[in-house]
Amino acid sequence: MKKMILAAAVASLSSLAAAEQMPSVEEMWKIIQQQQQEIERLKAEQQASDAKINATADAVEKSAKVADWASRTTVGGYGEHHFNHFKNKDDQVDAHRFVLYVGHQFSDTVRFFSEVELEHGLVEDTDDGSGPGEVELEQAYIQWDFTQGHSLTVGQFLIPVGIINETHEPDTFYGVERNNVESAIIPATWWETGAMVGGEILPGLNYNVAVHSGLAIDPAGNGAVRGGRQKSAKATAEDLAYTGRLSYNAIPGLELAASYQYQQDVTQGAAADGEATFYEVHARYTFGGFTLTALTAEWDIDGASFEANGSDQQEGSYIEASYKFTEKLGLFIRQSQWDNAANSAADTEIEQFDIGLNYWLMPTVVLKLDVSDQVNGSNDAVNLGVGWSF
Amino acid sequence: MPGFVLSRLKARLLGALLALLVLPAGADAPGQYLSLEDFLAGSFTEQAPEAKVVWLDAAIKQRIKAVTGKDFPLLRVRYWQQGRRTAWVLEEIGKELPITIGVVVADQQIEKIDVLAFRETRGWEIRHGFFTRQFLGAGLDSDTRLTATIDGITGATLSVRAMKHVARLALLLADSVAPAAPSG
Repeated sequence: MKKMILAAAVASLSSLAAAEQMPSVEEMWKIIQQQQQEIERLKAEQQASDAKINATADAVEKSAKVADWASRTTVGGYGEHHFNHFKNKDDQVDAHRFVLYVGHQFSDTVRFFSEVELEHGLVEDTDDGSGPGEVELEQAYIQWDFTQGHSLTVGQFLIPVGIINETHEPDTFYGVERNNVESAIIPATWWETGAMVGGEILPGLNYNVAVHSGLAIDPAGNGAVRGGRQKSAKATAEDLAYTGRLSYNAIPGLELAASYQYQQDVTQGAAADGEATFYEVHARYTFGGFTLTALTAEWDIDGASFEANGSDQQEGSYIEASYKFTEKLGLFIRQSQWDNAANSAADTEIEQFDIGLNYWLMPTVVLKLDVSDQVNGSNDAVNLGVGWSF
Repeated sequence: MPGFVLSRLKARLLGALLALLVLPAGADAPGQYLSLEDFLAGSFTEQAPEAKVVWLDAAIKQRIKAVTGKDFPLLRVRYWQQGRRTAWVLEEIGKELPITIGVVVADQQIEKIDVLAFRETRGWEIRHGFFTRQFLGAGLDSDTRLTATIDGITGATLSVRAMKHVARLALLLADSVAPAAPSG
């Protein structure tokens, strides 16, 4: 019995051993084909999974966008606070500017842009208008790219002259206060209502041509052009003005620009004669950390009322040198002179020397310190400022 | 100036403005200077490769944030690779609107950079060769800054900054993808 059991066990083992022998070549080929099919199936599933993951990511990213109108609307602005330690008068703290931009892109080629500004922090409704501040609509226009590289701007826009007239966020210039040459002579910030065409003639050669409302200088006043800005507030538009500008920046770091304006009567009919021409030329060159800037501007105004006080010629110029030690810290010096009555027998030209530092906490957040010294003026001061834009 | 002469001046100026308005529109979409297909065709000598995708992990997102100062909005970025060269198409806001820029990186240096679409109202000069050639050969230093000095364009500060950000991003991203074996 035991022998029979033992024989049966040995026979079973032999059968098992035979069963686990290597499969035949045909069997192996069949197994390989089955495995290959399984691999292809898994690869297809992997590709389908990848497609689903990518589609999911697309949906997530797309859903993160806000409503269409909101995604086409932008809000921005800038602001600056100043402290002026004057040599010859009381020190002053001023919330000089608080500005908001609102823009909207109607389509790829049509957009709206606006700028509203509160100056000096407070507007009081006084009988004589003696409140310290102003609320102003500085820009509000529709711009249409009617062909590639050229656009039409209609509405209220900044006149294409000077440097700071169009680019005056506090993080873009040196000095707590804007330079007096452009303020007094340009006169920045200067905006009018009209139509302007601009664009690119050649790579790096740009143009602007505008027809717009003009100045209205009171012939009974001192004739200074800054006082003639009407700010498009129920502005008299009997005599329009025409402005053209060419600018060249095809060499990296270099900008050359020249503007010219003509207005038949800057008194808008208040005087017998007030024909005026204006030109402005500037150059700016940045190389390494250095920047050199030079600007000159001049008005020539006909008319007895202007000739009487020498304001028939108003002119100014400045040169500025600056150096950025790092991306955050820059030093500048500037020599300016301007005269709103250059043909006056009296010495009315003011000279100013400025030296100071800008420290950029962020690329568009800046702390400023400068010292201003005037000859024939009364605004010698040490100035501190903080400014931002976004 | 006599009134009738001034009237002629006004008429001529108005006529010039109107003439400009009827100039034929450009064949390309306004603001679209180079299509993706043309950019890729100009970037690869052979047929443009299929697009790949690199998913951005926390480490690379942190490096990107150090460059741009803000969180990167995408989960992954598409790119095209041929041998040791990769091409990237990235967007960065100038002042208000995105600028679409294509960058080709080879051996951790910028080989080519083009503006595909510019939507801002100022600063379009960055698309010209006199500006973009400053980026050629630039890499990243140990502080993730460009090794080339880029002179800016007055009035285009934000557009210049956007292009520099994109150049740095492309170099960062190219460094993060494993280079394929040299072709041929």
